[in-house]
Amino acid sequence: MIVFQKPHALTDVPFHYCPGCTHGIIHRLVAEAIDKLGVEGRTVGVASVGCSVMSYDYFNCDMVEAAHGRAPAVATGIKRALPENIVFTYQGDGDLAAIGTAETVHAAARGENITIIFVNNAIYGMTGGQMAPTSLPGQITQTSPYGRDVKTQGYPVKVCELLSGLDGPTYLERVSVDSPQAVKNAGRAILKAFTNQVEGKGFSLVEVLSTCPTNWGMTPVESLEWCRENMIPYYPLGVYRDKFAENGGGEK
Amino acid sequence: MSTTKIIIAGFGGQGILFTGKLMTYQGLLDGKYVSWLPSYGPEVRGGTCNCSVIISDEPIGSPIIDNPDIVIAMNRPSLDKYEPRVAKGGKLFVESSLIDRKAERTDITVYYVPATEIANENGDNRLGNMVMHGKVLSVTDAISFDNVRQAIEKVISARHRDLLDINMKILAAGYSGGQAAASRFA
Amino acid sequence: MSEKVLMKGNEAIAEAAIRSGCRYYLGYPITPQTEVAAYMAKKMPKIGGVFMQAESEISAVNMVYGVAATGKRCMTSSSSPGISLKCEGLSYLAACDLPSVVVNVQRGGPGLGGIQPSQSDYFQATKGSGHGDFRMIVLAPSSVQEMADLTSLAFDLADKYRMTSMVLADGTIGQMMEPVELKDDMHETHYDKPWACTGTKMEREHNIINSLILKPEILEQLNLDRYEKYKVVEENEPRYEEFMMEDADICIVAFGIASRVSKSAIVEARKQGIKVGLIRPITLWPFPEEPIRIAADKVKSFISVELSMGQLIYDVKLASQCKKPVYLCSRVGGMITSPDYVLKKIIEVNNLGGASV
Repeated sequence: MIVFQKPHALTDVPFHYCPGCTHGIIHRLVAEAIDKLGVEGRTVGVASVGCSVMSYDYFNCDMVEAAHGRAPAVATGIKRALPENIVFTYQGDGDLAAIGTAETVHAAARGENITIIFVNNAIYGMTGGQMAPTSLPGQITQTSPYGRDVKTQGYPVKVCELLSGLDGPTYLERVSVDSPQAVKNAGRAILKAFTNQVEGKGFSLVEVLSTCPTNWGMTPVESLEWCRENMIPYYPLGVYRDKFAENGGGEK
Repeated sequence: MSTTKIIIAGFGGQGILFTGKLMTYQGLLDGKYVSWLPSYGPEVRGGTCNCSVIISDEPIGSPIIDNPDIVIAMNRPSLDKYEPRVAKGGKLFVESSLIDRKAERTDITVYYVPATEIANENGDNRLGNMVMHGKVLSVTDAISFDNVRQAIEKVISARHRDLLDINMKILAAGYSGGQAAASRFA
Repeated sequence: MSEKVLMKGNEAIAEAAIRSGCRYYLGYPITPQTEVAAYMAKKMPKIGGVFMQAESEISAVNMVYGVAATGKRCMTSSSSPGISLKCEGLSYLAACDLPSVVVNVQRGGPGLGGIQPSQSDYFQATKGSGHGDFRMIVLAPSSVQEMADLTSLAFDLADKYRMTSMVLADGTIGQMMEPVELKDDMHETHYDKPWACTGTKMEREHNIINSLILKPEILEQLNLDRYEKYKVVEENEPRYEEFMMEDADICIVAFGIASRVSKSAIVEARKQGIKVGLIRPITLWPFPEEPIRIAADKVKSFISVELSMGQLIYDVKLASQCKKPVYLCSRVGGMITSPDYVLKKIIEVNNLGGASV
């Protein structure tokens, strides 16, 4: 009896991610959601620019690689052309919350019936550890070598809070993957974000607090602790919007 | 083989572009080659506005006109700008109820038409352009009178369809007020 | 064939696109092309199509990229400053060999410039519409009828070669009205698109549309392959019109509105006994080099008539291999050459008798 196996929606291509990176977990959660809903054959994913750029090789569904920041616009084009298909983007913080802010905000404002998986690790990973729009105040990165100074480098962008100011989004939730329990919870949220689309409910975004041991200069275990101790207090977990919740769609 | 080049100029809101379109459609209905080129820019009522219309027996090269055969000047700035450019022997129509000066050229034919006044007398002071249009039809062979109603039906927007009759009435007033007009109504 | 109707150039583009099977228009307002968007906004919902006003030109071109990835016919339109923003997307569309149609109704630049007609995006359209080695098919209409016909052709060539076709118009042709005759169905050839991302239906390997190629030897090969395709386009697709060239001593090269003005000037010059003709490139890329090369052995001189500071003139010099002098006749900034202005240049060049300056 098989008790554990790779989801069908993942290919056999080995991940290129650094040891301890949580992208692998999040990829798996996305693939599990696609499997559970049985929609792989009609799913088109949009990869973005950042560490997850090569996710087009990892997901078994049709994949389109977008220019930096433009994934929500590309996904909009695909979804409008193929309204019966399931369209998701998989984006990092630089892609979604810096260069792609306009695309993100307006796809959300339109209530575009797509699913966005937003991986926030508070740093630019692929280019080697520069300050991200979500880097924490005081956080040391290659381009904030003395720590992010909010006087000159501004404050982090809280995406769920930002988007919850709009009428368009259906579902906004922030989760983390820093413990087995958290991973389970993240899986639930990601499944819900895909289910919403299948049911035609509209724009869903799940922000997943993630880690970057390589560029944070920590071991994987230390990274998870840093996420728990520093990121989660700044980026509170929970549901920020759920239009279809039983209690009438309370906001955090 | 003939080509007639027309410039219509005035304020935005005077029906400049409409009159141009109407002439263009008439040319099309006559089986001629036609072009209509508007000035364009920030769309401000009362701003300056002009359009160039060419009606020809031959394919039209430039839609841009250096020396028009016909100029309709619906305000003073338009008269100042286009009077010098009228082709020798050409026709200049001056909106004399709004323009306080006479034309200076002597090598062209000038028609002074109190268009807004005539339009007002006939029920709608906004339709001075139709008076001018009627006047032009009465003194030129470039555009036939017969298809003007058909052309108005093509150009007029659906929500202004009820204005078709008043347009025709005022056009006729301009036409009959023109020289040698009456016989062409027959 | 239906009856002749009067249409604005911009409206002719939109109607022809719809009749060519385009059901996805994604744009952003900018003068002087907004009539395209307005027309689409009115028509598309009535025929089951999609009109999207994006949040920016960047977004619009990326929505086009998304629709094109599904294999559906789609287009965007803009004017010069907006096209600059779309250039990123044009590079990605080329890199992924996605068919799409992009319209540029040019206005005067650089920068915000003005809103009056211009042809000063010639270099951008034909030489550098984004980073990397790539080409677009560039079609230059000179009448409202051609706005329609070349838009239809743009869709066909885009599908045929898996490229972006650009319709490079200008504010004059966009705004002017002329009679147009449109066929009901302008979607002549349908192409299979097995590469499209429409879902695997669990029946095939997943399709990937991607332009990230980290191995230089593979990226080089992809570029070489793409340029083999471009070679075929260069062989098969140059289009041009010759006007009074049989006995011409002076050859004007001009496209779009500048060619219309030039024709009028040529007719006047001929009345004065000056033998002048016109070669009008209809495709700006591939550039019709052959007729100009042949003309270079016959005429005494060339005049490049353009609404730019001397952009087309480079291609005229290259195609004529500089065998004869090439003079520039231009207005810029939204000013348009008039027939008189071109005529003066013709007389001036005629007086030089083909001597180099």
